Amino acid sequence: MDELIRLDRVSMAYGRAEQAVKAIEEVSISVAAGEFFAVVGPSGCGKSSLMKLISGLHPPLGGTLTVEGRPVTGPLKKVGMAFQNANLLPWRTAAQNVLLPLEIVQPHRSRLRAERAAYLDRARKLLDSVGLAGFTEKFPWQLSGGMQQRTSICRALIHEPEILMLDEPFGALDAFTREELWCTLRDVQARQKVTVMLVTHDLREAVFLADTVYVMSSRPGRIVKRCEVNLPRPRDLDVTYTQPFQDIVHELRTLIGRH
Amino acid sequence: MESRELAIKFGAPAAFTVGLFVVWEAVCRLFEVPLTILPAPSDVFAALWQYRAPIVDNSFVTLWTTLAGFLIATVFGLVLGIAVGWHRALYAGIYPVLVGFNSIPKVAVVPVLILWFGFGEIPAILTAFLISFFPIVVNVATGLATTEPELEDVLRALGASKLDIMRKVGIPRSFPYFFGSLKVAITLAFVGAVVSETVGSNKGIGKLMLDAQASFQVPIVFAGLIVLAVLGILLYAITAAVEKRFTGWAFRGQAAH
Ligand SMILES: Nc1ncnc2c1ncn2[C@@H]1O[C@H](COP(=O)(O)OP(=O)(O)O)[C@@H](O)[C@H]1O
Ligand SMILES: [Mg+2]
Repeated sequence: MDELIRLDRVSMAYGRAEQAVKAIEEVSISVAAGEFFAVVGPSGCGKSSLMKLISGLHPPLGGTLTVEGRPVTGPLKKVGMAFQNANLLPWRTAAQNVLLPLEIVQPHRSRLRAERAAYLDRARKLLDSVGLAGFTEKFPWQLSGGMQQRTSICRALIHEPEILMLDEPFGALDAFTREELWCTLRDVQARQKVTVMLVTHDLREAVFLADTVYVMSSRPGRIVKRCEVNLPRPRDLDVTYTQPFQDIVHELRTLIGRH
Repeated sequence: MESRELAIKFGAPAAFTVGLFVVWEAVCRLFEVPLTILPAPSDVFAALWQYRAPIVDNSFVTLWTTLAGFLIATVFGLVLGIAVGWHRALYAGIYPVLVGFNSIPKVAVVPVLILWFGFGEIPAILTAFLISFFPIVVNVATGLATTEPELEDVLRALGASKLDIMRKVGIPRSFPYFFGSLKVAITLAFVGAVVSETVGSNKGIGKLMLDAQASFQVPIVFAGLIVLAVLGILLYAITAAVEKRFTGWAFRGQAAH
């Protein structure tokens, strides 16, 4: 497969000179186009920082970081992001919220005014595909937490990004809703073949969804283990109760260490 | 709204106000309070009617100086608020100065304004403006500052400029704060205009009351107070209605939680 993202001994720090806080140290990873990779590790180890780094929101301190073979020097524009909080705009409906990225990125930005109806249709279709038909014209306060999160993921996908970056996207949801959303995300990824970076501290989530799981050490974050998940796809929720699945989860758990 | 709720919402304050006047009237008659100390409501309303022409005349002056000061404060407050909310450096630089300025009692500024602009409406407008712009600046800046950093990341990763983020998120987000501050600002502007009129002016309700007081026409002083109360309530009610009209989503959002 083609390599999409490559990090070669990349470090990153917040702040300057002496007061600098090193968040990431000498991380080397290689991600293929269409790969689903997860990053797990203890809280504060630099998972979100790694995401900021790859999306071009924060420059590396050292090492080389390339996406599609080109060094990353600024915001990539080819990424869609979603976080633990859906962060929907309360004055917009679900469909209008999903449209937000198109009001920023070209060429949609200049076309949006003239072709608003067509674009709204596109947003509605996307919402339909994650099970939100009938809720496209609702405001965020009329949606449950899970629905808001689905909307947020649609917002991250509407401009057809090459990389979908999810930072603990299901962390605030109850267990049942979370598993429903795993399946939604699995289907979205299978359909759109988008490369996904999933930051999580739920090991079952990482193993169920990802092709590759990276385990990070506590700060400054280093990759301590790369783990390929060779469970066959498409995966069903039942797979989480099988021995091979639990073995992988168990192995990852011992790497992160018990407290 | 249910009729019962309506009755409570409008009936209760009306009944309370009428009750207050009745008690006031009773106290004045029972204890034969001299007219020069506390005139009874009947005397006050009689004065209100008798001097309606100058009262209406001066009310308009107070009203328009208040509104002119408020309008300047709104524009200025909005612009400065956006500037302060935009740049961390501007915020750090301007904010302490603003707080310092705001802690000066504005009555103390009126003589200076009169010195510069003479007696008349300009000092009243400027006092109304100076006293009322601060809450607008603070609220707009706060509204802009509450943009979630993660949402900012979502947009910045797409190549959004600071201006894009302001237009799509920051400014709409600060709308409820802005309109909320207008309620406070209009009340303050009104206070500022009247204070300026009582310190030195040739027109306005404040000036009318000052003259009446000097000639011991106490019922007119109280008539002036009642006019001020009514105008104050009206101005507040109008801005509150505007707020509700433009930021319905913020109220709905609260109701849902
Ligand atoms: N904007 C920032 N400025 C300074 N330090 C930061 C900033 N963001 C994160 N950090 C620090 O960097 C480290 C890694 O943070 P983060 O990537 O958010 O961890 P994680 O997402 O794994 O919980 C933490 O120790 C955190 O305190
Ligand atoms: Mg994090």
